[in-house]
Amino acid sequence: MKLTSLLASAAMVLGLATGAVAQDKTKIGFVYVGPVGDGGWTYEHNQGRKAVEAEFGDKVETVFVENVAEGPDSERVMTQMALNGADLIFTTSFGYMDPTINVAKKFPNIKFEHATGYKTAPNVSVYSARFYEGRAVQGTIAGRMTKSNIVGYIGSYPIPEVIRGINSAYIHAKKVNPDVQFKIVWAFTWFDPAKEADAAKVLIEQGADVILQHTDSTAPQAAAKNAGNVITFGQASDMAEYAPSPRVSSIIDNWAPYYIARTKAVMDGTWETVNTWDGIGAGMVKIGEISSAVPEDVKAEALALKASIASGEYHPFTGPLNKQDGTPWLAEGEVADDGTLAGMNFYVEGLDGEIPQ
Amino acid sequence: MDLSAINPVLLIASLMVAATPLLLAAIGELVVEKAGVLNLGVEGMMIVGAISGFAIAVETGSPWLGFLAAAVGGAALSLLFVVLTQVALANQVASGLALTLFGLGLSSLMGQSYVGVKPPRMAELHIPGLSDMPVLGPILFSHDPVLYLGVAIIAAVWAVLKFTRVGLILRAVGENHDAAHALGYKVVRIRIAAIAFGGACAGLGGAYISLIRVPQWTEGMTAGVGWIALALVVFASWKPWRVLLGAYLFGGVTVVQLNLQAAGVAIPVEYLAMSPYLVTILVLVILSADKSSAPAALGRIFHASH
Repeated sequence: MKLTSLLASAAMVLGLATGAVAQDKTKIGFVYVGPVGDGGWTYEHNQGRKAVEAEFGDKVETVFVENVAEGPDSERVMTQMALNGADLIFTTSFGYMDPTINVAKKFPNIKFEHATGYKTAPNVSVYSARFYEGRAVQGTIAGRMTKSNIVGYIGSYPIPEVIRGINSAYIHAKKVNPDVQFKIVWAFTWFDPAKEADAAKVLIEQGADVILQHTDSTAPQAAAKNAGNVITFGQASDMAEYAPSPRVSSIIDNWAPYYIARTKAVMDGTWETVNTWDGIGAGMVKIGEISSAVPEDVKAEALALKASIASGEYHPFTGPLNKQDGTPWLAEGEVADDGTLAGMNFYVEGLDGEIPQ
Repeated sequence: MDLSAINPVLLIASLMVAATPLLLAAIGELVVEKAGVLNLGVEGMMIVGAISGFAIAVETGSPWLGFLAAAVGGAALSLLFVVLTQVALANQVASGLALTLFGLGLSSLMGQSYVGVKPPRMAELHIPGLSDMPVLGPILFSHDPVLYLGVAIIAAVWAVLKFTRVGLILRAVGENHDAAHALGYKVVRIRIAAIAFGGACAGLGGAYISLIRVPQWTEGMTAGVGWIALALVVFASWKPWRVLLGAYLFGGVTVVQLNLQAAGVAIPVEYLAMSPYLVTILVLVILSADKSSAPAALGRIFHASH
């Protein structure tokens, strides 16, 4: 046999072999905005990825790329994943929305799942968690616990998800403590420990004794720990290493069940576009243990609120509620619809400052 | 708006802390560039310094040993750059970028078991009398020792470059390495020393973030300070005191804009967020109107046979 034909047949065998492997294994890609070791947002998505691997074992192959900047760079990363034979790609940050839609157009046979966005397509689903339900619990604890009546809030980007969280926390803090005031600082980053620490320190210097954060690292927890007498809440992940104080509770994102269900759907061929938005009731949002630094009665109140939200009996955005400028939004007993919540771009009455546009 | 909530004394004190990592990294890079070498690996050396310092401080319980380890770690990584650019004569830009990527990866590997660990705290300086003075006490006399070390390094670099023979030789190597070589100076050795010094300073800067400013270990926690330090050296026209000024301006505006936001000042936040970069560039560009230029041999490869 000639060398060339030998090589050609070897190549064919190899091609067949890899083809067979590719059919056997479902390949799933994850695009992360921060490092998997951030201890917050990306860490929890990565826990979800590991759960998928544990569930399906040899039948799946997962790949991930961390620290992917939002914008054009993410489009390149997604395209690369698609070209490498991914069957399902999870893009896990709000800023990947348009890149995901663009790449999905080019690869109609590959399924995409975009976290926290609102644009869907025949092969693009969106999923998010109702973090604002957890924020309601945090707001209640914050309102009860603050002595200076100043609550500091570190915002990341002024997008609906973050604004919902601020509103929900404020409404529930105000409910239990009419004198409470929120100071909001926008960090314009999801992940920059030094900047997050600076923001926390500034808020503490200006009198805040409760810090809520919507950024991904544990830096604000460390800043609060150094300051003493300041309480914080874990964001996206439990951040239990700062318990029992300053971290008194947390919102934990639990993506594993969703990731497993969607992977299964791709394997079975039953995948279709969905718009998932689950909260405490469905288990997508968990409330981390309320620590011993919180008095028993406050803890009981917070847990009761959590239970009523989980059962669907209470909605965190229930009227009467006015917008910041005083115009009526929700009448007595009226509940906000998901459309308004998904695109929320206004503060509720009582909050100071303007949302950066 | 409630400007009275801003305490100017605390503000100035915290801007000095915010500026120190940048200051340390930039003064190290200044010496490297004065010797005619462009090392774009500052970010990588900083992050390796951050984890080396953090790990040793946690293991030994001594922040001082931590900072020492950070300097050693940063210098050790810079030796990789030395091998590539001074021995193998590789392109400095590409090697520097590679150093940053390598440093980021290496640091997250080294840091696997240190996520969520709390480092020992470095005591702040307390001089009876001086530290208790109103206003000046908190601003000038109540910081951690490393902050003063940063200022001392600036002063030392300035004095050495301006007044000593060593400084003259270093500058000669950076301006015209062939002439310096013809005069019998060991160009490569001098550059190796400068690069290692730059690495040590970057390492200290990184450890300042992980041990004092934040303080904790998180992957990628330097978040671009190394790149800002590189830009700062250029805008400061390779002059040590301007590096100090630029770093304090940058740190200052960063902290001030957060304070203004928290106080509810009605300036659009986007302008506040970009203000540190704008103000620093603007001031340093105005200052650099005296046409001081880059070291002439900056980024050029030297080999004795040329």
